[in-house]
Order: sequence, then structure tokens, then C-alpha cells
Amino acid sequence: MSLIRITSPHAHRSGSTGNVMLTVLLATLPGLAAMTFFFGWGTLIQVIWGTLLAISLEAAVVKLRGRPVSFYLTDYSAVVTAVLLGLALPPFAPWWVMTVGIIVAIVIAKQMYGGMGSNPFNPAMVAYALLLVSFPVQMTSWAAPFVMSGEGWAVLSLSDTLSAIFSSIPAAIDGHTMATPLDIMRHRGGFTTEEMWTESTLLANGIGAWHAVSAAYVMGGVFLLYRKIFTWHTPVAMLGSLTLISTLFFLIAPDQFPDPFFHLTVGATMLGAFFIATDPVTSATSNKGKLWFGAGIGLLIFIIRTWGNYPDAVAFAVLLMNLCAPFIDQYTQPRSYGHAKPNRGAK
Amino acid sequence: MKNTVRVHSFHGGIHPPENKKQSTGAPITMAPVPSRIVLPLQQHIGLPADPVVKVGERVLKGQLVAEAIGRISANIHASTSGVVTAIESHPVPHMSGMPADCLIIEADGNDEWIEHQGLEDYTQLPKPELIEFIRQAGVAGMGGAGFPTDVKLHLGDDHIVNTLIINAAECEPYITADDMLMRERAEQILGGIEIIAHLLKPLHIMVGIEDNKPQAIRALHAALDNSTLNLDIVITPTKYPSGGEKQLIKLLTGIEVPSGKIPADVGIVCQNIGTTTAIFKAVTYGEPLISRIVTVTGQAARHKQNYEVRIGTRFADLLDHSDVDREQMYRLIVGGPMMGITVEDEQIPVIKTTNCVIAGSVQEMPPQPPAQACIRCGMCEQVCPAELLPQQLHWFAKGREFDKARNHNLFDCIECGACSYICPSNIPLVQYYRFAKAEIRKEDAEQRKSDHARIRFEARLERLERAKVEKEERRKQRAADAARAQAAKKDAALTPKPASTANAESSEPDLKQLKSNAAIARTKLRQAEKALANAKDKGQEGVDTLQATVIQLQEKSDKAEQAYQQAQNAPAKAPVAAPASSLKDLKNNAAIARTKLKKAEKQLADAEASGEGDISALKAQVVTLQERTAKATEVYENAESGKDNSAPAIALDTSGLEADIVAMQGKVDKAETAWKTAVESGSPAADKMAAGVAKLKDKLTALQDELAAIKNASIATAAPVIDTCELEADIVAMQAKVDKGEAAWKTALESGSPAADKMAAGVTKLKDKLTALQDELAAAKSSAIATAAPVIDTSELEADIASMQAKVDKGEAAWKTAVESGSPAADKMAVGVNKLKDKLKALQDELTAITTKSDAKQDETQMQSEALDMKALKQQVSIMRTKLKKAEKQLAELSEDEKESALASELIAEIDQLKLRHGTAKTTYDTAEAELIAAAAQEGIDLKQLKIDAALARAAVTKAERALTKAEDDGKQTLEEELLAIRAQAEKLNATLERFSE
Repeated sequence: MSLIRITSPHAHRSGSTGNVMLTVLLATLPGLAAMTFFFGWGTLIQVIWGTLLAISLEAAVVKLRGRPVSFYLTDYSAVVTAVLLGLALPPFAPWWVMTVGIIVAIVIAKQMYGGMGSNPFNPAMVAYALLLVSFPVQMTSWAAPFVMSGEGWAVLSLSDTLSAIFSSIPAAIDGHTMATPLDIMRHRGGFTTEEMWTESTLLANGIGAWHAVSAAYVMGGVFLLYRKIFTWHTPVAMLGSLTLISTLFFLIAPDQFPDPFFHLTVGATMLGAFFIATDPVTSATSNKGKLWFGAGIGLLIFIIRTWGNYPDAVAFAVLLMNLCAPFIDQYTQPRSYGHAKPNRGAK
Repeated sequence: MKNTVRVHSFHGGIHPPENKKQSTGAPITMAPVPSRIVLPLQQHIGLPADPVVKVGERVLKGQLVAEAIGRISANIHASTSGVVTAIESHPVPHMSGMPADCLIIEADGNDEWIEHQGLEDYTQLPKPELIEFIRQAGVAGMGGAGFPTDVKLHLGDDHIVNTLIINAAECEPYITADDMLMRERAEQILGGIEIIAHLLKPLHIMVGIEDNKPQAIRALHAALDNSTLNLDIVITPTKYPSGGEKQLIKLLTGIEVPSGKIPADVGIVCQNIGTTTAIFKAVTYGEPLISRIVTVTGQAARHKQNYEVRIGTRFADLLDHSDVDREQMYRLIVGGPMMGITVEDEQIPVIKTTNCVIAGSVQEMPPQPPAQACIRCGMCEQVCPAELLPQQLHWFAKGREFDKARNHNLFDCIECGACSYICPSNIPLVQYYRFAKAEIRKEDAEQRKSDHARIRFEARLERLERAKVEKEERRKQRAADAARAQAAKKDAALTPKPASTANAESSEPDLKQLKSNAAIARTKLRQAEKALANAKDKGQEGVDTLQATVIQLQEKSDKAEQAYQQAQNAPAKAPVAAPASSLKDLKNNAAIARTKLKKAEKQLADAEASGEGDISALKAQVVTLQERTAKATEVYENAESGKDNSAPAIALDTSGLEADIVAMQGKVDKAETAWKTAVESGSPAADKMAAGVAKLKDKLTALQDELAAIKNASIATAAPVIDTCELEADIVAMQAKVDKGEAAWKTALESGSPAADKMAAGVTKLKDKLTALQDELAAAKSSAIATAAPVIDTSELEADIASMQAKVDKGEAAWKTAVESGSPAADKMAVGVNKLKDKLKALQDELTAITTKSDAKQDETQMQSEALDMKALKQQVSIMRTKLKKAEKQLAELSEDEKESALASELIAEIDQLKLRHGTAKTTYDTAEAELIAAAAQEGIDLKQLKIDAALARAAVTKAERALTKAEDDGKQTLEEELLAIRAQAEKLNATLERFSE
């Protein structure tokens, strides 16, 4: 056997980007299960539908770009995008909403920028933001958690859900939809936040489901931390800054601003903290940079939720900070070995 | 076993599978004597050793076969007895895969030792001798880089060594050579450490060892119990690359070696544990470094174990001895899997740095899967021991954004491979960094080259400009002199005595002056004649006087003409220095003319043979060239025989030549392009074109030679005025080269790259060059500083600094604006600002240097004046002279009758006395000065030096004068004062020079 000549290193840890993505997918399972349990089949259907679309679109675009299809499909990044978008969309969103979302995410936000690793914005969040501004009605009617009816397992049946999503005639899902707690809180009229808890039964009764879903996301996130898929910096900074700013305002005017726990446990806060903001491609690079990046997201979430037009803010906050990531990178280089201080700024 | 020393931690690191157990099962055994030994002449960093044996000579084991050259180099000894069969190029273990010179010995199998003896008590030997003893044994670092050990042992001389660190971490997977060495030869190790400690006298000795070698740790502790050595065995957690020099230092001391520095700069010296045994053996038994422990492992090797292998044993022999399955062997790695190099050739020998040979199977080291896209997961960042951002560096390298890569400290990368190891996308990151580093080095080299050329060019322009200005001033001076002479002549004309001839004869004016005098005289004559004619026509009065004037002028004119003719024909009065320099030029000219002629003749012959080209034109050219050659030769011969003294007048028009060269270059380029096109299109004319191109190139070379010759000659003539600007530019460029070379070398050293060897050699050479340049500059400067007042230099420098500072400020402001406005030009601006800052810094440094120097100079002068007060002596002489003159004047003023009086006799007596005293004072002064001169001559300040000094002082005067004319009103006064000071100095120097020449 003739010997080969290559330069060092000669040892490599077995592993691939595909494995990283599969681990992320595995970590989304508790959240997916909780969503399905509390809000019905809608989310699961959205995830599967989105995945099918994403894989086929990714394959098509990769083929168009003249690259080996199976090599690029097995990095599973398209699946991760689809799953995250599926988790973020309202469970009863019509099929075409997801279709538009996946086209935007995979074709425009990802492949047009050069595919995995080259996209400046989180594809799932680009899609979500576009859908939210384009189809506000579909995007703001969320499924009511089953606890609402007070009759136990009363989510919409699988077949009804399927028809609600896929049939051209809107099914009778009115009884099963509601605004999200954030939405309710945002459009509370003249009531104080304290009053809203007693005023809106929807809010008071449904909040537990959101807490549970958030807890499920935290579980997945901790698992990823344990597997060293990402470092603690981004989620901790994001949750920390959100807690800090919301506590501050809550202490100043408790009847005008919801408490920090509310901010942390409703909406997409936990999904964002552990699955969206930690997307390495679009976030800041260094550990220090990740702290700034995460803190910026937390701050923006509070600002947009409190004073913005849209009830939830994770997508916008993440996209805005994606925009800042290259800038943050320039000013947060770590201090290298043997250097007195880190290099800063562009040179 | 607990650590007594606190173990720090370094950032990152990885835990690859250790694969060490396989080769620690069996004890170290001696590898058999191979049939052939291949000894590369360069197994170490530095210059390759120089063979001292001849082919065919029989050598004994331990005999010196190649000798170290220079400070950083190492001796090489025969590792067994046999006959030298060749000294030739042979494959060696080097990253580049390039073969290198090796000494090949056919072993005779007797393994016969040369007579050798150790030192009975090395502590009795002076340290330099002990270090020399170790150097003789050819000991070089055995950890990876192969840095000559004796160089590091000298570190105690000029660095304070606080800590001696013995590197026994052996963090790379597979390798167990150090582990087994410690287990089996702990006493030798401690003995070696004792010797190093004796030489370096460190305050603290630490042995850094990973916790995966418990048996070795126990063995060391056991040996330590029987030793007086006070050292700490520090157990570090197993983590790659804790054995990296910088990482181990961080682990054991918490100190980081500053970027671009070496451990000795922070008071730390590192030695590999293997090196300690080599030192021990060298000192105790007198055995040179001819064998080392090598781990042979890998799945393809059936006997995985450590051997003591003679240096020069080829891998093939070693692999045979370990029963390696060649079918299974897929990769042959020298060193570890993380930083080792692959070799394709089993004939490559074991050298002083070879610690491991891995015969890897395809299963254990499969080819790397294709790289996926980087997702910036940041795992590489988490493992990077240099705390870099590998993922960013990868993007920068990929996008060829080398400025950014450098800004992200690319050159702090030690190429440990941790990032590549961990990367989930299987990106060959280290390869990207190597590529980027190489590209940056290349760019830098080019940049330096062009900078150097530019600085030289600017300095040259400046010098030419200066020469022009000086010439202009000389011309003005001459004009003024002529005017004065004319005025004097006018005065002289009033008196009957014609002073002009005396003038002309006495002061030996140059030809030009004479010529212009003659011309002036002629013009005046004509004017007078005209006036006379006019007067005659008009019948005016005074015709007689005019007539007389005309006659006088006629005489004058004739005389001036005559003087001019005489001067022109007088061969002896031409400048003395001229022939020496101009002769060279002339000779060159003649030679060049001959070359040209020959070329033209050849061309003509070619043309005639091929029947192509314009033969008649060529013929005409040949004829012209023949004439020229004849003329040039004649001129040269004339000059040589002293007939022609107008040699310097021959104009050396380099600018014309340069233009010719440029034009010729253009022609060559054009012809080459045409030829290439022809070749590509397969045109049959290509051959002819090639010939044409060759011819054109020849012509170009001839022109360039001519230019070079002329330039050389002109440089030779202009030699005394050493242009320090150009020298400084050279030095800066050279310094940059040296710095870069050193940095590269250090990096290579740290990363254990075998390319370091060559680099070290290169660095040494560069340093030599630099020193030569610096010496030259120092010589030039010392004279310049001694003569020209440093005040001027510094004021000019200060002005430079101020303007540079302004530039920097402006640049920064512009840059900030750009950054605020988000302009994309900001990056470039930042680079520009940095450059400006660097320049500013350089200027400031220069200023400081000069100020310190001038201070030193002043001190020196003071000391001198204390020793012998020349000034006072001189003053005394002048006082005497004044008194004498006064007395004489007084005497002259006495009236006739008073002369007879007593007063007169008194005065005369006084004058006599004064004369005597004046004479005494003058003698004292002369003697003192002669002594001074003699002393100066002894110190090596010769006439030439003085001349240079005087010339430089004169130049300084001119410069100051120029500065004065340019200066604004408020600065004028200081400048004037400075000018006066400089003038005085220049005059003094001139006077000394005159005395000296007497």
C-alpha cells in the first residue's frame, strides 16, 4: 500500500455537523411533546409538513446549485429550520402559511446567501417575521390550550386539525383559538396588569400551559448545554437581561408592566433563548460577544413587547441582533495567549 | 502524590484517545546496528553542520563527522563504526518532503567506540568550558524542534533565569518515549537536570508531567529521594497540548509568554526531559548524542514498543525490527498524530528529534471526510490553547482577508491541531492557517521589498536634489567671487600696477574661472574700443585716456587669454583624485563599448547567416560601435597613461541609459508576449521569435550592466559622502527582515516545525547582514555626529515628528469620521493610521537615540577638555599674537625722532620678548595639537575620516543655510545661531584637516 502524504493533524474526532443538528432535533422533542399535549395536534402537523417541504426544497435548490444533494441533506440543517418554524407558528395556521414560510426560510434566507453557514440571518426567524407582517390574522390566532375548556382532553381531534390546516374551507376552529397571553396583555385597554389576571379568564386559566411548554424548552436547552452543542453565554445573557429590565420596570410601575416571570415563561422566550439565539451561524462568535448578543436580544424583546406593535418579539429581536453580530465580533475578540489586551475594532 | 506547586490552567485543549498503553508494555530495548547509517547534516535548528570527514574514510562510533557552523548549530557524530560512503542528497524527515544533504556510513557491524571520556567533576570546570563540552557532544533539543541546547544553557549569562522547567508532559497521543525514559532512567534525568541547574542557577526547578504517567512519576520520585536536587514534580491534568512550551509554562507558573517573545524573556527556560539524559551522558561519560529513544507504534506494527535507536537508522530498519505489516500500513507518521509529519519514504532516517514513528493503518487514521460548511459552532474556539477565534481565522483565510486574519492574531497560532481535531464539519483548519501565514509572509516580503526600493529611490532623489542645490550655490558663490574680483580689478586699474596677473598666477583659479575672466576681459576690451570709436567719431575729449584704457584692456585680455590657455594645457594641475575614479569609469565604458560591439557583430553575423533583418542597418551600427569602442579605448588608454586629465568631464548620462533600459524592457516584454501567443497558437514563427526575444534580452542585460557599471563608478567617486539615509533605509528593511525571520523562526520553534532549521540559518545570515549595515551606518553616523551639530538633526527630526503627529491626528480624525459614518473605507484608513503611528514611533525613537548620543558626546568633549585644554592654549597664542601686533604697531607709529628715544628701545625689547612668548605659546599649542592628532590617529581616526568629517560638516553648514533661507522670521534667530555654531565647527575641522595634511 502506498503511503499518503498529508500535513498534521492526523487525528480527528469522529463527528459531523449532521450529528450536531440531530442533537438539536432531539432536544426539541420535549417542547414538541408539550406543545402537542397542551395545544393539540396542530404543532406536530406543522412540524411534519414543514419538514417535508424543507427537505424537498433544500434538495431542489442544492441540485440547482449543482452540489451533491445527499451530502448537503445529511447535515439536517433544513430539518432544524423547519422544526423551529413549526414550533413557532400557531398550531392551526393554514398549510400555505407554512409553505410560504419554508420557501422564505430555505430558499431565500438560507440558500440564496450560499447555504448553510453563510446566511447572515436566522432562516426560521426571517420566515416568521415575514409571515407575521404579511398574514397577521393567521399568525395571531393561537390554539387554546386544552385546560381552557375545563373538560380534560378537549383539544381538537387529529382529523379536525388536519382539515383546519389543509382544507380550503376554514373549519370550525373558532372555539379552539384564542390570542396568546402576550397578545392579551398587550391589548388590555385601560386595565392594569393586576386587573387583567382577574379580568381575563383566558389569561388566568391558560397561563399554566405556557409555563409547561417553557419548562419543556428549558429541558431541551439544558440537554444541549450538557452535550456542549453551545455554551451558556447566549441563553444566560438573554434571559438575564430580560429578567433585569422587566424587573426594573415592574418595580417602578407594577400595574403597568407584567412581572419578569411572565416575560420569561410566555411567548417564545425559552424557545428563543435555547434554540433560536444559540444558532451559531448567525450569532456573535466569541464568548464575550455571545454575552453582548444575548443581552441585546433580551433587551429588545422587552422593548418590542412593551412598546412595539407586535405582541411577541423574539423573531424581531433575534433578527436585529443578527444584524449586529459582525459588529459585535469586531469588538469582542478574546485576549489571545501572550497578549496584554484583546484586539479591538476593524484593522 | 500531591502537587506542592499550584497548577494553573490554560484555555482550551482536547482529549484525544491516548493510545499510549500499546507501547508501554515492553521495556526499552536496543535496536540492532543497522547496515547503513544516514546522518542528515541538519537535524537541529540553525545552520547545517559541515562535514569534517571524507568519503571513504573509516569512522568510529562517537566520532565527529560534521562540525557545527556558527552559534546556532550542532555537531553530528557517527552513531556506529563504519566507512563513509557518500555525502549526498537523501530524503529526510521534513515537512516539506525535500531531500537534504546527508552523510552516509556503511556500518561494519563492530560498533567500535572512539576513545571518549567524561568529566570527573564538572563543577570544577568554568561554565563556558562546560557549555562548550556539551556543545561538542552535539546535544540539541529532543522534544521536537531540535534547538541546540548549548545556546539555551548560555541564557544564564544575559537573562535572569527564575524558573527551569523540564518538559515531561508528553501530551501527544501514541508517544511514550519520555514516559519509558523516566520509568527506566530517572537517575540519568536527575543527573542531567543537576548539570543544567548548575549552569543556569534557577531559583525554582519544575518537572511538568501529565497525570497519565503514574509509573514515571513514581520512578522520578524514587530517584529524587536519593538526590540532593531540589525540584518539584508537578503533575498536570492530561490535556493536549499541555506539552506545548507556552502551555506548560502557563500550567506551571501561571505566566504567559508575551506574544513574539521567548520564555527566557520572562525568566523561564524549558528543556525537554530527553535532552537532560543526553546532557548527562555527554558530561558524565563523554558520549555524544548518537542515540535516542523512539516509540514505534501504530496498528500496523506488531511489536509496539520503545527502542534506543542509533541516530541515522532508517525507518525501514526500524519498521522491520518492529515487524510492521506493510500491507496494513497506510500512513507513516514521524512524531505524534497531532503535530507529526507524514513521510512516504522508508529510507528516511531517525534524527535527534524523532521521538515516535507511527505505522498507522487505514482504520486508525482514515482519510478525513470531505469538509462541510463552517457553522461557527465555536467548538474550535473552546479548544484553542492560544485563545484565538479559529472559526473567524478560517473565514478570513478562505476569503483571503489576511489583514483581518493578522488582526485576529493568526501568528499566535501554534498549529497544535486541536481545532481541526474537534471541528464537526471536518474542516482542515490548520491547513488554512498555514496557507494564510505563508501568503502573509509572501506579501510582507514583497511589501518590504517595494518599501525598501521606494525609500532608496526617495533618498536618491533627495541626494540628487541636494547635490543640485549645492552646485547651484557653488555657482552663485563663484559668481559673487567673480564680481568681487572684478571690483578688485577696477580698483587695481586705477593704480598702474596690474594686479590681475598676479592674482591669476597666485591663486591658481580653475579653468572655468580663467575662461570667464578671459571672456570678461575681451568684452571689456570690445566695450572700450567701441567707446573709443564713438569718442573719435564725435570728436569728444578724453580720447587719449580712452586710447590708453583700450591698450591696457588689450593687454589684460591677452593675459587672461594666455592664462586660460596655459591652465588648459597644464597637465599637472588637474585634480589629483580624478584619475582614480574616472579611470574605472573609462575602463568600464571601454569594456561596455567592446561588449556592445561584439554583440552587434554577432547580431550582424546572425542576420547575414539567416538572411533576415536589416543587414545594412546592423552594419552601420557595427561601424558606429567600432568607432565608439575605439574612442572609448583610446580615452581610457590616454587617461591611464596620464595624458588625458579631463576624464571627470566625461558625462555619465545615466538618465539616458535608464530610459534606454526602460524602452528595452518594454520591447522585451512585448516580444515575449508575442512569442507566447505564437507558442500557444502553435505558429511556426515561434522559434524565430524566441531567438529574437533572447537577443532583446541580451541587449537589455548589456544596458543594465552598463548602467550598473556607471552607477558603481559614480558611487565609488561619491564614496566619502556616505549617504546615511540610504543606509538607514537598508537597515530598516533588513531589521524588518530579521524581525520577521525571527518571528517565523520562533513560531516554527514553538510549533516544533522542522522548517525552523532552515529559518534559523536564514535569520543568522540576515542578522550578519544587518550588523554589517549597522556598523557601516554607525561609522558614517559617528563621524557625522562628531562634526555636524546634533542640534540640527534633532530640530529637523522634531519638525518631522510634529508633522507626523499632525498627520496621525488627521488620519485618526478622518478614520473616526469614516467609522461613524460607516464608510467602508474605514478599514483601510485604520491601516493607514497605524502605519503613520509606526512611522511616528520610529521618528521619536530616532530622536531619543540622537539626544542620548549627543549627550554622551558632550560628556566626552568635557572629559577631553579637562584632559588637555586646547582652547586655552590657542587663546593664549592669539593673545600673544595680538599683544605682539599691538606693540609692533605702536613701534611703527612712533615718529622719526621718537625712534631714537628710550621708549623705542623699550618697545623693541618688549616686542622681542613678546615674540619669544608667542613662539613658546605657539609651540606648546602645536605640540598639544600634534599629540591630539597622534592620539586620534592611534584611535583610528585617520586623515580620511577627518576629511569625511570635514565634508560632512560643510554639508551641515549648507543644510543649515538652506534651512535658514527657508525658515520663517520667528525661527530665524535660533537657526542663525545654530548656523554659526555649525560653521565654527566646520571651520575648526577644516583647520585641523589642513594641519593634519601638513
